[in-house]
Order: sequence, then structure tokens, then C-alpha cells
Amino acid sequence: MSARHLALFLARRAGALVIMLAILSFLIYSLLYLAPGSPVDILLGNQPRTPETVRLLNEKYHLDQPFLTQYWIWAQGALQLDFGTSILTTLPVSEEIGSRLPVSIFLGIYAYILTMIGGVGLGVLSALRRKTVVDRGIVGASVIALSTPAFVSGVFLLFLFAITVQLFPATGIGEDFVGRLWHLTLPAVALALTVSAFVLKHTRAAVLAVIDQDYVTFARARGLSPIRIMSTYVLRNALIPIVTISGLVLGSLITGAFLVEVTFSVPGIGQLLVDAAVNKDLPLIQGVAMIIAVVIILANLLADLLYMAIDPRIRVERKSV
Amino acid sequence: MTAVLEPGILSRSRRRGRIPWIVVACSSVIFVVVLSAFLGSMLVPLNPDAQDTALGMSGPSGAHLLGTDQLGRDIFSRLIVGSRTAIVGPAIVALSSMIIGDLLGLFAGYRGGWVDSLIMRWVDLMWSIPALLLIIVVAGAFGGGYWLAIGLLIVLIVPLDVRVVRGATIEQMPRPYVEAARTLGVPGRRILLSHIWPNVAPVAVANTFLIFATCLVSLSGLSYLGLGVSPGTPDWGLMLAENLSLLFVSPLAALAPGLMIVLTAASTNILGDWVYERLSEKGVSR
Repeated sequence: MSARHLALFLARRAGALVIMLAILSFLIYSLLYLAPGSPVDILLGNQPRTPETVRLLNEKYHLDQPFLTQYWIWAQGALQLDFGTSILTTLPVSEEIGSRLPVSIFLGIYAYILTMIGGVGLGVLSALRRKTVVDRGIVGASVIALSTPAFVSGVFLLFLFAITVQLFPATGIGEDFVGRLWHLTLPAVALALTVSAFVLKHTRAAVLAVIDQDYVTFARARGLSPIRIMSTYVLRNALIPIVTISGLVLGSLITGAFLVEVTFSVPGIGQLLVDAAVNKDLPLIQGVAMIIAVVIILANLLADLLYMAIDPRIRVERKSV
Repeated sequence: MTAVLEPGILSRSRRRGRIPWIVVACSSVIFVVVLSAFLGSMLVPLNPDAQDTALGMSGPSGAHLLGTDQLGRDIFSRLIVGSRTAIVGPAIVALSSMIIGDLLGLFAGYRGGWVDSLIMRWVDLMWSIPALLLIIVVAGAFGGGYWLAIGLLIVLIVPLDVRVVRGATIEQMPRPYVEAARTLGVPGRRILLSHIWPNVAPVAVANTFLIFATCLVSLSGLSYLGLGVSPGTPDWGLMLAENLSLLFVSPLAALAPGLMIVLTAASTNILGDWVYERLSEKGVSR
């Protein structure tokens, strides 16, 4: 594909992205008005309703302006990561998010790596050992894992490896990199378990679909080394459907993180959102929702680019799917 | 999560026409859970809501099979009654998605054109939103609750069904029997419902099982986070959260509800796979 095609594709995707963000931010801002109770009451929280506090709120959130003007001011602030202040902690929302994001990103990447190693690795293994004890065992275990939500596997891991056998710490996030890796191992495994079963299922199906193709048989007949056949003939083609589901994988990782962070008391963005939701801390909910939405949209764009890198057929002429 | 149905652990004994032991086991689990959901309050050995604050937390004993929680409530009884919230919500979502999703999917696949693309754009949109995220955000603004979550789940999960059924319908469209029926002048609605539907049914039915399991897990997760059922309700997810702090002293209190969630969800998934294989093998499809 020429550079011009790529630029065109990127421009089209960027346009769609901006429109999507505009709609999303509008919906997220509207929550303030859709929620039961007047916006003033919601934003006041536990503060007493006096002319003074209401005046301060109006000054800050421009509640006396028309709705669209309010949204416009909010959206401009959101672009500069200013989502107002948390009702509960009275700290700026961006500060709350900023202090929690690193842990969540660490946990997410850790779990993603585990998911990919476990899911793709075991998926390939079970496809290659098709109809053997290994295959049956892996598929059977994956059915159980697929039905186990992250909070249940989290509690079981906590019980097995932090209480019965005290291998890993039950809480805390560690100080340095190694400490953090060690502290977040159980949460990451809990998070990766369900998602990797999902990846495994797709990988196994994808490899099985490729492995009996003529070109693989032919490569084998030509006497190519098994490693060469695996990497350039089987995996490259099997990867395409795996990349397609990576958006779903990310979504499950994010929602799984809410549950896991609560279980292991990891002070991440998931726990922040859950706390905010339980306490009806609307500015905080809006801020976190917006950040997560941006992450998901960007990751989907990245997955599309990866898709093009892997599958040359898509590069020729790509219609939006 | 999605339907990738293929012969797996079930394929070995199906040819002999016997029901595999795992299916019997899974059906028994579902049967017991459904039974306790309907007759729960009659089956329980003790009142699930009765507090015994003098006793407080206690381990498994003769009087309390699985022990008691911090308020002295009998965990075994709460587990039995908890099956109600565990399966009523998922059953409602699964049924409505079967009706709405299958009809929309059939219609979109059969008609094609703008109807199809309109339905599919909605499906794509819902597909790209992680369900739990949206429910948490909305629950945060509206105050949460079990029925709100069920309503949102229907909106978010019907597309899953639409996509699968539409795909299966489109696959059937070029088959000779559809064309034959058309040539004979059979009305479109009849073709859809009595010709195409039976061939799509295995996929749709299997997907309904899958949706049930997904909802069970999502709803209990939401209750676990404190955004689902109201506090005090016996619910597996909520019980797991309440008894998490007992993990060090009376682990069964927290592990038992978790085990019930996994057992029920896994049984549903395995049963769904088996039903799919049976239906598609019997020649209902093809």
C-alpha cells in the first residue's frame, strides 16, 4: 500500500474518531442532567445548599448557562483534562485519575502479556495436538476458565496463593518495579485467566482452520523446517482472526480490571470508577468514563493498523467493516 | 463471550447416541439451581435473613453447614435463596434476546439493504462498548439496582444474538430450498419462519445459553461491586463481596458463592455446546 493510501485511511479514521468522541462526550456530559435530582444538588453532594455554595457552583460549572454552552465549556475543559473536582474528595478529577492511572496501566499490560502468552500459546498447542489428551484437557479447562468471572478467580487465587500457600502478598502494590511485578502477579493472573480462555478458543479455531490448507501441506512436502512452517505459514495466517478479537480482549481486560482491582484492593482506575459510582460522584464518573473511552477507541485504531500490517490483502483496498 | 462453537470435549460419545456424563452432571446442576430458585424459601434449613449477632461469624458446624457470616446469618441457606437473583435476571435477558435478537437477526439477514445496515450499525456500536463499563457509569448516575442492570443488559446483549443469527441467516439465503420456496410463491414471512428458522435454530438456541451464562456472570459481578441487588439481599455476587474479609478465618463463606457462580455458568456453557451439537446433528439444520 502506498503512503497516500495509508494517509487517506488514517485521515478517515481520525475523522470518525473525532465524531465518535464528540458523541460520547456529549452523552457522558448529559448524565448530569439525565440523573435524578437537579445538577446543583448532585454537584453539591453533602454540602449544605446555601446561596453562597450555589453561587460558587454556578461560577465553576456554569450551571446558569444554557445546556449546550455548558457542554461546550465542559468539553473544552475535558480536552485539557479538566473534568472538575471530585465531590467526595474535593480533589481535581484529573489529579485523582493521574495518580491511579500508572498502576492500572501496569496491571493491564501485565495481564495482556499473560493473556497473549497463555491464550495464543496454549491455543496453538492444543490445535497441534488435536484430539489428544492434551487438547481435551486444555479445551476442558478453558470452558471452566471462560465461565469464571475475574472476581471469582481473584478470590480463589487469593485464597490459594496468598493465604493457604503464602507465595504472594494479598494486598499492596509494591514500591519498585520488581516489587510491583510481584505484588500485581495474582491480580494479573486473575484478570488474564478468563480473557486468555477466550483468546485460546479463537486461536485454536484459527490454527485448525489454517493447518490443513494445501499450502501448509506443500510447505511440509518441500521439507521446510517445522519452525519455519509454523511461523511463516501457519501463525501468520492464524493471527488475523486473533487480531480481530483484540478489541474485545481489551474491553474484557478493562471491565475485568474493575472487579480485580476491588478484590485485591489495587488503587487503580477501576476501583476509582467503582467508588465513584457507589458514591454517585458524577464529575469523577464522567472523567474516568471519558478516559477509558479514549483508551478503547485508540486501541481499536491500533488494532486496525496492526491488522493491515499482518494481512496484505487488506492493504490493497480496505472498505470499512 | 461469543459463539465459537466447535466439537470439543463433547464430541467423543455423541455418535453412540448416549448422553455424555458431563451433560448429565451439568443438567443436574442447572436443575438443582432452578429448583432452589423457585422453592428456595421452602428448602432452606434456616431463615436466610435471620441474624444471630450474638453468634456472629462462625465456621462450618452441624447447625450451620457452611458457617455463618459476620451478622450470624446462615450461609448455606443464603446460598440456596441466592440462586433466585442469580438466574431470574439472566433468564429474562436470555429470553428477550432470543425473541428480539432472533427476529431482528432473521429479518436483517433476509432483507439485507438499508434495514440490514441500520440494524448492524446499532449492533456494531453496542459491540464496541464493554457492557460492564456502561452499566457501572449509568448505575453511578442513576443509583444502580438489579432491574436497571437487566434493562441495560438487554440493550447491550441483544446485538450479540442479532449478529450471530444474521450471519447464520445469510448463510442459508443462497441455498436451493430458499430459492425453491420463492419460486413457488411462498410468502416471505413463511419462508423466514418455517423454512429458514429451523436451520438457524441450533445456532440461536446455543447462543441463548451463552447469553444466559454471560448475564449470570455480569449481574453477579455488578452485585459484587455493590451496584446490583440492594444491600442485604441474598445474592451470590454480593455474598462474595460481604464475606471477602472472612477469607482468612472462614474461607468457605467466600468460596462457596464463587463456586456456585462458576458451576452454574460453566454448566450452562457446556449444555449450550451440547444442545448445538445435538440439534445440528439431528438434521434440523442442513
